[in-house]
Amino acid sequence: MLRVKNLQVFYGMIHALRSVSVHVKEKEIVALIGGNGAGKTTLLTAVSGLVRTTSGEVLLDGGDVTKEKADRIVRRGIAHVPEGRHVFKPLSVEDNLLLGAYHRFTWRTASVIRGEIEEIYTLFPVLGERRKQPAGTLSGGEQQMLVIGRALLSHPKVLLLDEPSMGLAPKVIREIFEHVARLRADRGMTILLVEQNARAALSIADRGYVLETGRIVLQGSSEELLANRDVQRAYLGREA
Amino acid sequence: MSSNRGKGSAAGLAAFAAIIAAAPFLLPDYYQSVLIVAGLFAILSMGLNLLMGYAGQISLGHAAFYGLSAYASGILTTTFHWPVPAGIAAGVVLSGVTAALIGIPTLKLKGHYLAMGTLGFGVIVYIVFNEAVGLTAGPSGLTGIPRLSAFGKTFSTDREYYFVVWGTAFVLFVLARNLVRSRMGRALRAIHTSESAASVLGIDVARYKAFVFVLSAVYAGIAGALYAHFVTFVSPGSFSFHASIQIVTMVVLGGMASLWGAVAGAVFLTVLPEWLRAIEDYDILVYGAILVLTMRFLPGGLAEGAERARGTLVSAFRRKSPASAAAASGAEGRKP
Ligand SMILES: Nc1ncnc2c1ncn2[C@@H]1O[C@H](COP(=O)(O)OP(=O)(O)O)[C@@H](O)[C@H]1O
Ligand SMILES: [Mg+2]
Repeated sequence: MLRVKNLQVFYGMIHALRSVSVHVKEKEIVALIGGNGAGKTTLLTAVSGLVRTTSGEVLLDGGDVTKEKADRIVRRGIAHVPEGRHVFKPLSVEDNLLLGAYHRFTWRTASVIRGEIEEIYTLFPVLGERRKQPAGTLSGGEQQMLVIGRALLSHPKVLLLDEPSMGLAPKVIREIFEHVARLRADRGMTILLVEQNARAALSIADRGYVLETGRIVLQGSSEELLANRDVQRAYLGREA
Repeated sequence: MSSNRGKGSAAGLAAFAAIIAAAPFLLPDYYQSVLIVAGLFAILSMGLNLLMGYAGQISLGHAAFYGLSAYASGILTTTFHWPVPAGIAAGVVLSGVTAALIGIPTLKLKGHYLAMGTLGFGVIVYIVFNEAVGLTAGPSGLTGIPRLSAFGKTFSTDREYYFVVWGTAFVLFVLARNLVRSRMGRALRAIHTSESAASVLGIDVARYKAFVFVLSAVYAGIAGALYAHFVTFVSPGSFSFHASIQIVTMVVLGGMASLWGAVAGAVFLTVLPEWLRAIEDYDILVYGAILVLTMRFLPGGLAEGAERARGTLVSAFRRKSPASAAAASGAEGRKP
């Protein structure tokens, strides 16, 4: 479904991605793990069109989206949930969700979209309770649910999640990851999940990649990665 | 819920129209010219608030768009004897097109390039007004501009002109209100919070920022042309950097992202100096103190003040009936 081939990204002199290739098959959850500054966010922003790539290709269902602008790429079916959540704080929860459906919102589709927003409220009941509240008043976990719900409303083929666990309490992280796992189980969503919290990510993923200083250094099934000594030492906080 | 809000705001609009209609009959004649100027500033502030309050972009040269249109319409109708409505239209178009030329390249960039660009632009335009003596009559100003006449009618009295200005302000208010409540209004506010999050939702950030900048310049252009055909005289001083800052102050004092605030800020800051004239030597001091105190206690501007006053009234009203008071405290208790 999503295939990234030999992607290179520079920030001035910084070589942030060095020929990175990853792929995600339909209805797969793929984890991309790596430490701070490894280039995980850069990979997602390059895929969603927020940063320019120097070379390489991003293919969605075989179609090339490498040179498209961010606001076009979402229309092709890639939804990016950025690091740090980026909820529209002064706007209500409901307006945030409406913005998720921005690119297909017309007076004709408005009522269908309202129905889909109700579905999001069923998925995340806490959002329904707070639909009129400014999104900035939500807790971190609730904001994470909101940005995931917002992304779903764009009708993506692939969901890119950047560190959904960042800054959240362990109990809330577990809840968020259960939701992510259910998006695939119930809705058949295809997900590329970027995480520093490798254990949580690999526990719901089918496969994973390990990124270090802009390079993929390891890949395999989640079980293989969880059992790998280097991964254990570097990312799972367990001395081998 | 939404129909409720619709009714509430329709009532607000009706009240606004009623105040506009009644004001000239309730106030002394002297105030009519003050209120005309206030109406022009209300148009300017509404336009700038769309840009600053909603889309989060700063223009430090809005007086230049105001002045370009005033001079263009003034020169075309005076030197070239165009009919006034044609002069006004040309002035407004000039402001809008100029904004597009500045906005399209600068708004592709992230950061405060628009503030820098408009600051420089404002200074240049001010110099041109002073130096292009053949066209603008230079520092002494362009005189003999005709009063507005359209459809065979000349709006010669202040009261007539008051209705032209505030009628225009009302229409522009309704347009802006519909805009900010639309899909596009949500997109502008999204851009204000996070450009990257807005663009990954499919919003063409650069295009929307440029559009709202041009729209705000068009508002300024309308105010400028109406100004020229009201005072029948334009000189560079009215369109200096100081004037640009004054419009920004009206927006901030009135309340960012509030159209009511923009109108209130403009009226308040136009009328206030008139009141302060009584205390001649200290007027600037008191003016400054009022600005500082307002922003200290109402960081959300006059709009926030009105919102708080309404909240206090509503809860005072509820306290009288115990049942609804319980409901109110229940609703508030859930908030944190
Ligand atoms: N906008 C930027 N400008 C310059 N350098 C950047 C920028 N964003 C990230 N970098 C650099 O690129 C590298 C990868 O960063 P990032 O993709 O954010 O890593 P991660 O998400 O894995 O923590 C880091 O060295 C970081 O300092
Ligand atoms: Mg990151």
